[in-house]
Amino acid sequence: MKPVLFENVRLIDPASGLDRPGRLLVRDGVIAGTDLPQAEGAPEGADIIDGGGQLVLCPGLVDMRVTIGEPGYEYRETVLSAARAAVTGGITTIAVLPNTSPTIDNPALARLLRARGVETGMIDILPYGALTRECAGTEMAEIGLLAEAGAIAFTDGPHAIADSRTMRQMLTYARGFDALIVQHPEDPSLSRGGCATDGELATRLGLPGIPAAAEAILIARDLRLARMTGGRLHFGHVSTAEGLDLIRTAKADGVRVTCDTAPPYFDLNETVIGDFRTYAKLSPPLRAEADRQAVCAALADGTIDAIASDHMPCDADDKRQPFAVASAGGTGLCTLLAVTLAQVHAGNIGMMDALGLLTHRPAAVLRSGAGTLAAGSPADLCLFNPDTGWIVRAGELPGKAQNTPFDGRALEGHVLGTWKNGRRVFGATAA
Amino acid sequence: MSERGSHGSNVFLTRPARHLLGVQGMHPGRITPILDLAEHYALLNRSRKTPRDLLRGRTLINLFFEDSTRTRTSFELAGKRLGADVVNMTVASSSVNKGETLLDTAATLNAMHTDLLVVRHSQSGAPALLAQKVQASVVNAGDGTHEHPTQALLDALTIRRHFGMFEGLTIAICGDVSHSRVARSNIHLLTAMGCQVRVVGPPTLVPGAIGALGVSIHHTMEDGLRGVDVVMMLRVQRERMKGTQVPSAREYFRFYGLDNRRLALAKPHALVMHPGPMNRGVEIDSRVADSDQSVIREQVEMGVAVRMAVLDILARGGDGA
Repeated sequence: MKPVLFENVRLIDPASGLDRPGRLLVRDGVIAGTDLPQAEGAPEGADIIDGGGQLVLCPGLVDMRVTIGEPGYEYRETVLSAARAAVTGGITTIAVLPNTSPTIDNPALARLLRARGVETGMIDILPYGALTRECAGTEMAEIGLLAEAGAIAFTDGPHAIADSRTMRQMLTYARGFDALIVQHPEDPSLSRGGCATDGELATRLGLPGIPAAAEAILIARDLRLARMTGGRLHFGHVSTAEGLDLIRTAKADGVRVTCDTAPPYFDLNETVIGDFRTYAKLSPPLRAEADRQAVCAALADGTIDAIASDHMPCDADDKRQPFAVASAGGTGLCTLLAVTLAQVHAGNIGMMDALGLLTHRPAAVLRSGAGTLAAGSPADLCLFNPDTGWIVRAGELPGKAQNTPFDGRALEGHVLGTWKNGRRVFGATAA
Repeated sequence: MSERGSHGSNVFLTRPARHLLGVQGMHPGRITPILDLAEHYALLNRSRKTPRDLLRGRTLINLFFEDSTRTRTSFELAGKRLGADVVNMTVASSSVNKGETLLDTAATLNAMHTDLLVVRHSQSGAPALLAQKVQASVVNAGDGTHEHPTQALLDALTIRRHFGMFEGLTIAICGDVSHSRVARSNIHLLTAMGCQVRVVGPPTLVPGAIGALGVSIHHTMEDGLRGVDVVMMLRVQRERMKGTQVPSAREYFRFYGLDNRRLALAKPHALVMHPGPMNRGVEIDSRVADSDQSVIREQVEMGVAVRMAVLDILARGGDGA
């Protein structure tokens, strides 16, 4: 494998707080170092990537909430098509939800998913194990065996554990393995049948609503259970002011809790549903503007630990339906970085914090070693121009699924190259 | 996103006019000509001299994914009195919840060169989805809990025939507002025409955000009916009165049914309206339904006239409005 030398790049490594112009050398698929003296020439035969002083080189992004169609729903997305979309967005590590068909509730399937990631040569797949068998919310899955097989954390994906007693047992049992439980924060009895956030828009459109408080109600319960049991708890795609306030307070009180949000919840509000636009049908549903602003504030003050794409591929037929019947979810792999950078361009968060939310912070939540430029780490890298503009177009995205809620959104920040273990997997000279 | 809730291709909002998907956002300057034309058709209907050559050679399909004998018959008569070839298609709603049936149906109808498509569907937004895919003009005959534009137009026409105008009238819409497309369309239309609109019902059947539509909210009939010019009753589905939204039908009638005693709180000659079909003894007492103040049968008559006006305008590419 040829060495790669990045020159004249802005090196950003949120894990170590590094942000300066510099060079980075990759040898044998591993980061050899970032402190090469300028005078030292390139190693013989090295590929030289010149950043022209403008381009940012950061760790490959770590996306901690991704749904892929494999196994079972390959018509929506396969591991390979998801990998292609991911590297286009600078992502080199994805944590995938277990609600596939079959569900990832046995160790062999967790191993299979890891191996399928390796086969692509583009991404690492960190499989979530099912928290309950078949993600049905009742019987506990084999948390210990799944963890041994490489399951990174445990969740029922888009379904919350409804029953308080079951959730208490899960948190208690998982503590024996110090395993992380990831919860979809929405009270299922309040969200049942709903497809938009309760309020004026849902009332006008005649769509069954879900009260925004369905999130806070479940978060409040689970925080109390986490406190009772000492279990490790993470909330995915948190989207309301009230939910974030509860998490902020619990963190200050020492509860072992973390959370992530997804780009739609800080970049869009419910009005993009407009006239029944099903590409804007997500779960949890898009919120009122005040909640969007609260998510932005929680990004800035550190309450939110990670930004995950919440990538959810849907087939056109899943979406070409009346709004209440259409599938919920949006793609997000290729837009993850640029929509996050919109927060940087808007002055809400700094570049270092933004990249931290996409790299070492989700890696820390999942206790993965990914997301760093430290010498000796696998050379998973993302090279991007933070200022190049582009427009999201559903139908022209890489990968199979095209159901982006950001259709037509103008964004700044364009990935030029992605490297996995030192091999270029996206960009001009991709092998 | 200032276009919230508007209908890009809706007739009477944009030109060239193509569809009637809802009345939300419709301007009084577009509403009045429809009512005028409908008034004209109401007279012709009584004299049995409708222009049967107007839609000659045009095909109207009543595409009903939900059963509704009354509305379907009304559209059927409207089409036939204008000379259209009318075909009724009733599709069991259970089969459209799966796969692509709705859009497959659209493709089928395109192949049949349909001119006018009247759609009733249990899902909010289904006619709008269909309108994106068919060449025909789509008339929303009721979608989920979203809109029922021709019902609002016929209600408005009925009111105008009795009061001569809308400004200054107070109208109480009573019952299951949450699940009512009739209520939503009436709220949009009547507030646009300058009426004061009240909604009256138990808190479980009145959405909290409905106030944003420019109405006042009342949870007792005594409070809501006082001094109103029109009492518009809504049908309450019996399955909602089994302990989920309302404990029982008899409790509902006791507190939210319209009887003579409650009607006496309204202005002396207040109109009583109901979109039908009525649940006598549940939301409305028979003596009120059959009283002189009830215009329920006139609503049905105006329904045909309004639908003729809408079909006429759409067939002429919206030039009538």
